[in-house]
Amino acid sequence: MDFSIIADSFDLYLSGTWVTLQLVLQSLAIGLLLAVPLAIAQVYGPAWLRWLVFAYGYFFRGTPLLVQTFLLYYGSGQFEWIQQLQQDWTFLKQAYGYALIAFALNTAAYTVEILRGAIATMPKGELEAAKACGMSTPLMLRRIVLPNAFRRALPAYSNEVIFMLHGSSIASIVTIVDITGAARLVNAKYYRPYEAFVTAGLIYLVLTLLTVWLFRQVEKRWFVHLRPLGSKP
Amino acid sequence: MTPPALEVRDLHKTFADLEVLKGVSLTANTGDVISILGSSGSGKSTFLRCINLLETPTEGSIIVKGETLRLKRDASGNLSPEDAAQVQRIRAKLAMVFQGFNLWSHMTVLENLIEAPVHVLKVPRAEAIERAEALLHKVGMYERRSYYPMHISGGQQQRAAIARALAMQPDAILFDEPTSALDPELVGEVLKVMRVLAEEGSTMIVVTHEMGFAREVSSRVVFLHQGRVEEEGPPAEVFNNPRSERFRQFLSGKLKG
Repeated sequence: MDFSIIADSFDLYLSGTWVTLQLVLQSLAIGLLLAVPLAIAQVYGPAWLRWLVFAYGYFFRGTPLLVQTFLLYYGSGQFEWIQQLQQDWTFLKQAYGYALIAFALNTAAYTVEILRGAIATMPKGELEAAKACGMSTPLMLRRIVLPNAFRRALPAYSNEVIFMLHGSSIASIVTIVDITGAARLVNAKYYRPYEAFVTAGLIYLVLTLLTVWLFRQVEKRWFVHLRPLGSKP
Repeated sequence: MTPPALEVRDLHKTFADLEVLKGVSLTANTGDVISILGSSGSGKSTFLRCINLLETPTEGSIIVKGETLRLKRDASGNLSPEDAAQVQRIRAKLAMVFQGFNLWSHMTVLENLIEAPVHVLKVPRAEAIERAEALLHKVGMYERRSYYPMHISGGQQQRAAIARALAMQPDAILFDEPTSALDPELVGEVLKVMRVLAEEGSTMIVVTHEMGFAREVSSRVVFLHQGRVEEEGPPAEVFNNPRSERFRQFLSGKLKG
């Protein structure tokens, strides 16, 4: 066991961690922005829209993230109009762009499902109270439904964030040097798989613990109304 | 002549094949306290919920302070509101108090009170808070203003819900069995608040099982039976000299269905 090679590759792991963080946070942000209107549409929208969102979720939750990433990264080159697009958008010349699109669409599909459940199980009486005092549907969604649903969706969503963090290691297969990508380079250079991947694993572990801690803090703030009075969080 | 606070004409409501309301009319002048009595299944809650369109009536008209709620008939013959904005405006003038309180669970008592005034009526926040605090004093809930609904008793929740209704400064308040979900020892505190409102001249339509309240507080009693008004009049009259045989049975507890 020789962890001195890890010390030598410190910079590589550091930049890999930065890439992972960027990729995960960006796809989560885009995913959430997509998921909120889609989840609302899934509950309140017309039948054709509900069906469309269902089909989208069915595809992205029904196939592996790796296959989706391959389809986008390798598959899109087969289409001429995408090649055209690549001329103008440097974003689409790099693997990073494709991974980001695949991850964002994937996490959005799962997040829609989490939010849809929370929105659909909103207590009926609270909705009637909102209508009875003259709220329009958009106002009711913004002030009553979403704040309540977000709170109840939080535990499930924290799981999705962790899945996304771990799932992002797939980026290393399409040439991106994230945490796993860094470990693969170190392994290729020194042929020390154990040290290389244990280090990657430890970084993921620390990031996961950090995520769990962060969600705890948010829950402490947001769950006051659900905790028995006077109890410690 | 000022128009009545609320007028309902010939209201019908059918669920699938079941005709729950078979033509119910009601006029409430400002300051009236009308108790609606009836055994379960008589349609009294449905009637109340049709007034602010939580249920859409099958037939009939609703007039609030002289403004007629515009309803249109679609291809299959069902009524639906013609103008959603008008429905919202009229609902804002008719506050509702529910059997299950229905406070918004993620907001404190005070936040519940200012929510609709600030976001529906566009009252400045500071003013809404000031008004809400005065109302909370009135219903004896000021000390609990920063509590969440889950952390207070049913009676306290219902008093907060009544204050929330008052915060809208409504033309009339609809009460849908406000004490039916409460433990017996908590009923009194809610009725006491409702009594104060009645004395102050609030216009109230109260669906209730509380005979004492109907007899002592209301200015008029309406007895519904199988979707029709079976007996109507001032409480002294209807309780002492009921004309309808069914209302007599209801009062003696012998009415079935």
